[in-house]
This record gives sequence, C-alpha cells and structure tokens, in this order.
Amino acid sequence: MAEALLQVRGLKKHFPVTRGWREEKALVRAVDGVDFMIRRGETLGLVGESGCGKTTVGRLILRLIDPTEGEVLFEGRNLASLEKNEIHPLRRFFQIIFQDPFASLNPRMTVSEIVGRPMEIHSLSQKSEREEKVASLLKSVGLMREHLGRYPHEFSGGQRQRIGIARALATQPSLIVADEPTSALDVSVQAQILNLLKKLQRDLGLTYLFISHNIGVVRHISDRVAVMYLGKIVEMAEKRILFQSPAHPYTQALLAAVPSLDPKRKRREVILEGDVPSPINPPPACRFHTRCSQTLPRCGEVEPPFHQFEDGRWISCHLYP
Amino acid sequence: MYGRPAGRPYDLRTEMGSILSVKDLKVHFVTAGRTVRALDGVNFEIEEGKTFGLVGETGCGKSVTALSVLRLIPYPPGKIVGGEVRFRGRDLLALSGEEIRSIRGKEISMIFQEPMTSLNPVFRIGDQMSEVIRLHQGLNRSKAWAKAEEMLERVRIPDARRVARQFPHQLSGGMRQRVMIAMELSCHPYLLIADEPSTALDVTIQAQILRLIREMKEEFHTSILLITHDLGVIAEMCDRVGVMYAGSIVEEAGVEDIFESPKHPYTQGLWGAIPRIDEEKEALSVIPGMVPDLSNPPAGCRFHPRCAHRFGPCDQTVPSLLVIAPGHRVACFLYRERGGHG
Repeated sequence: MAEALLQVRGLKKHFPVTRGWREEKALVRAVDGVDFMIRRGETLGLVGESGCGKTTVGRLILRLIDPTEGEVLFEGRNLASLEKNEIHPLRRFFQIIFQDPFASLNPRMTVSEIVGRPMEIHSLSQKSEREEKVASLLKSVGLMREHLGRYPHEFSGGQRQRIGIARALATQPSLIVADEPTSALDVSVQAQILNLLKKLQRDLGLTYLFISHNIGVVRHISDRVAVMYLGKIVEMAEKRILFQSPAHPYTQALLAAVPSLDPKRKRREVILEGDVPSPINPPPACRFHTRCSQTLPRCGEVEPPFHQFEDGRWISCHLYP
Repeated sequence: MYGRPAGRPYDLRTEMGSILSVKDLKVHFVTAGRTVRALDGVNFEIEEGKTFGLVGETGCGKSVTALSVLRLIPYPPGKIVGGEVRFRGRDLLALSGEEIRSIRGKEISMIFQEPMTSLNPVFRIGDQMSEVIRLHQGLNRSKAWAKAEEMLERVRIPDARRVARQFPHQLSGGMRQRVMIAMELSCHPYLLIADEPSTALDVTIQAQILRLIREMKEEFHTSILLITHDLGVIAEMCDRVGVMYAGSIVEEAGVEDIFESPKHPYTQGLWGAIPRIDEEKEALSVIPGMVPDLSNPPAGCRFHPRCAHRFGPCDQTVPSLLVIAPGHRVACFLYRERGGHG
C-alpha cells in the first residue's frame, strides 16, 4: 500500500458572519472536524450536497484560506502552521482545477501566458524554453501548438477546462485538487475531461482530491470516496465497498436519491425529507439525526465517533458502534 | 380527486389521444446579420396523461422548443418561421395575442429551472399565487388566497399558511420549486412544461421534487413536457423520450426502448458518455468534435461530421424521422439502408 501523501487531522474552518438587522454575530461551521488521508497516486472523491463544506476542505488543504484549527500534513510538513513565505515555494507541488472554466482564466492573457505563468512564478524554466514546454503541456491535454497565441474566449468550455488542467500541470505538482471540474460541462464533454484526468494520472503518477456533487462522476474517477454532511465526513471507504454496501443512513439516502439509469427501476427505497439544516446552528451530536430514518435515543445527545472498521471503512454513526 | 373546473368538457380535449402535437417546427434567431437556425423541423406528440421528455446537450434547442409552444420566444431576435403546434385541436401558432394569453398559465403552464428568477422578489408567495388564480379562475381576493394556501398544502409545504405570507428569499431552493409547482397546478392545466425543474437542486431535494411532480401528475391528470439534460431524470420520469441534436429530434421512442437499445449514433454516444453509479467502466465513450455552429450548420444530417458511421447520403440529404420498430423513430440513414431494422 502506497504511503500517505496528504494527512488531514481535525481540520476546522469557521467563518464569522453577522445576521439580521441587529447584526448578531454568528459562526458558520463550514468544516467542523475532518480527518482523512490521501495515498500517493490515488484519487479520493469528496462528495456531498451544496453547503456541506467540500469546497472549503479543498481550499483549506491548498491553504488558499487559513484553517481555524487542525493539521494538513503534506509529505510530513504541516501546511496549516507554515508562514505565508514558507508555504510559497511548496505551492508548486499542489495545484487546483476550478469548476468554472469561464471565470478561472484571465481573459486578457493568451494561452501561452496562462500556462507559462506558474513556471515563471516558481522559476521552473528559462524564458527561451518556456514556449516549448507550454506547447508540450498543451499537447498532453489534447490541445495544439496553434492555440498558444489565442485568448480564452476563442475556446469552448471543454477546451478551456483543458487549458486549466495544463496550467495546473505546469509546475509538475504531485497533488491536484479538482473542484467540480466537469460540473459546468455537457455530458459528452465531461466524458472527454474525465478520460483525460484518468490518463494524466496514469502517465504522471498524480494524486487527486476530486470534489463533486455528481455521484456518478465520483464513482467513475475515485479509488476511495468520502461523503460529507454539514461540515463533517460521515463515511469514507474504498469505492467498491461504499457503493455496494453504503452503511451510513445519509450515504444510503444520497445514493438512493440519484436517478437510476434503468427506467424499469423507478421506485426508490428512501427519500430524505426536508432540507439540510443551517451550518450556523447545526443540530447537536450527530448532525444527521434530525433527518435520519434510523435514529436512536443517543443520536441527539452524543456525537458518534469517526472510527475505522475491519474492511477499511470509516464511519461516524451510532448504528455501528 | 379534484374536480376539473366546469366548462371544460373532456371530449374537447383530445384529438386521437394526443394533447400536443408539434409538426415541423422551425425557429430562427437573427443576430448581427447571421441567421441561427435553432430549430430545424421539430416533430413530436405528447399523449394525454403521459410525460414526454426532451433530452439533449446545451444549445440543442430543447428550451427553445418549450418556449415556442407557448410562443414565448423573444421577437426580435427570435422568430417562429414555420410549422404547427396543435394543442387540443387548435394551432397555437395561429392564435391572436389575447387567445394565447388565455392559454398560458391556465391550460398550459410552465416551471423553469431557477425558481428564484421566476418568482417576483417583492411580493408575498400568497399574493403571487392568488394573482394567477384570480386572473384565470375569476375568484375574489380572499377565495383566491385560500386556494393558494390549499395548493401550498397539497405540494406538502409544511406550515402553508405561514409560507403564503413569506417572500421568495425566505424559502430554500426546494421550497421555491414546490411553490412554483403549486402555482402552476393551481389552474389545473392540461399540459405542464417543466424546463430543467430539478437541475439547480441538490440530489436529495431533486428526488423530492421529482416525486412531487409524479404525484401531482397522477392527481391532476396533467400531461407533462419535461426538458432535461439528465438521462437519469428521463429514465425516472418519462413515458416517451425525444433526443435532440442541433435543432431537431434525431430519435424518439418509449423510455424502455431507448435505454435498452438506443439507435441513433448520437444517442448511443450520449448514453455511453455518462458515468453511472451502478456500473464500472474504465473509460467513458466520447463523441469526437463539437456541436456545430447553427448559423452555418453542416449540410445533410447535422451530426454527420462527428459520426463514426457516416456514409454516402449523410452529407447530402437531411434524414427524416422514420419508424424502425413500433413506437421507435430514428432520423438516420443507417436504418433506412438496412430495410428498417437495426
């Protein structure tokens, strides 16, 4: 089994907000104690619904925002406690691919500048050889040398996402956080990008944290999957185990909610009622107990521990003591 | 069972069992001297009480089709340049402005993707709902408000009386979509057009809304035109499906047929491109190339430049939708050449 590239312990992020005309102070507990690790060369899928904190986890790991509490060990160094100037040289080793290929590329820069910029910032290439390197990166993501001098608006959504991927690869990173990289794309284009990400991982030995709300996509790309609900991971396991026998009631409901592609199977076993509670004032103890169909008396009183089972599955639920 | 309002005899509703039939619908958009042929001969029928799904990728014309049915295409730049939309025996494209207005919201109503933009932010939910009810059913203010509250209860909004006095921003996305459904069904339309009704919602909320639409369809005997890019939603909701590509329907069949044996090369490509949660695939199938520019579409079959099976006639002639099996129509020369069998 490969070593851990990234180890996250007790990670928290609370955002202060003011509410209402009285301007009451409150905290949004966007990420509220998350533990996981990613092995070198694997893909960990992070799945959950809007507002569960999955994007915040991605940004915390990259130290794009500062955590409130917790550790992010990247190759043994705690990124969470490093000073800004100490983290800068490490940034080339972890990069991000964003969701919106229209907002994440500077419209005034050519493709050559966009993809070459990270190399310039990290002094990874001489100016003379930069264009050559950018051209070969473009080739590796399925674009062509002719595209070097063009601007983002000249490309389709799928091509722009390829440019974003080339930019992420420019510093030869070991970890890539892909935050909903295909959510803005049509399914046929999404398929192209997913295939490309898989191929790049094989060729370059990349490690991915793949964040998505699309459960089909997460299943396709991941080796292991973590399910988040209201700022916490409720279940995490090898993909096969998680999809064949989801254990946490939320995972079960989430998987059951995905429309089946088999028109003969129209009935669902579980439909979750109500909306996700607010992360400003989340339910005490187990955060899912207000919507759970299998609540026990202690679910609203004691927070279930996040612990590991024999098959490698991590779960936080009183049904599995 | 809820009674239909008086003065709407059932016997007037149908013509050979279909509530809506769209024939050879053509819509153009003229911008900066270019003519974008957004719809290039769309044909389909919706049987009474059934759900017909239109599926396709961005820009294929599925929303334009929906808007054209209600004549909501903004003019300029859009214009319906040909075809027929027959609804309960009348051609909607030939009606006067006043006549079509009396159909919109009453006999045909529409739910959009983003409920926040279709609700007015400065009016209470109850006000917006009772306006529709007063307009189309002639009830007075207090009766219309009571009816609005009743409809909110029927779409299972908890504490409907309180919600009726709230403003749209006070509700969650799923709740707003419930309000939209309540509003659209309050006049008991014959046909409900739902344009990506669950796309903006999380998957667990989507499941609630889809179930609600199914239940409401049973309860109100409404026929549904459902527009989506999500094949899972199609599988779950629809009786028949039309697959759109670049402005026309390339395949149309019963939902089980099309999932079991998609015939058109585009349908096959689209189906192969979806990552599924019930199946492992190493690589997803990919449709090469890009959607054509509709101001300058390829000659012949609009899919031919991306098609692996193209041959002789594909870049010459536009294939028409032909029946290849009972209830299964495909616009592709592959099936004509083989004598009508796939």
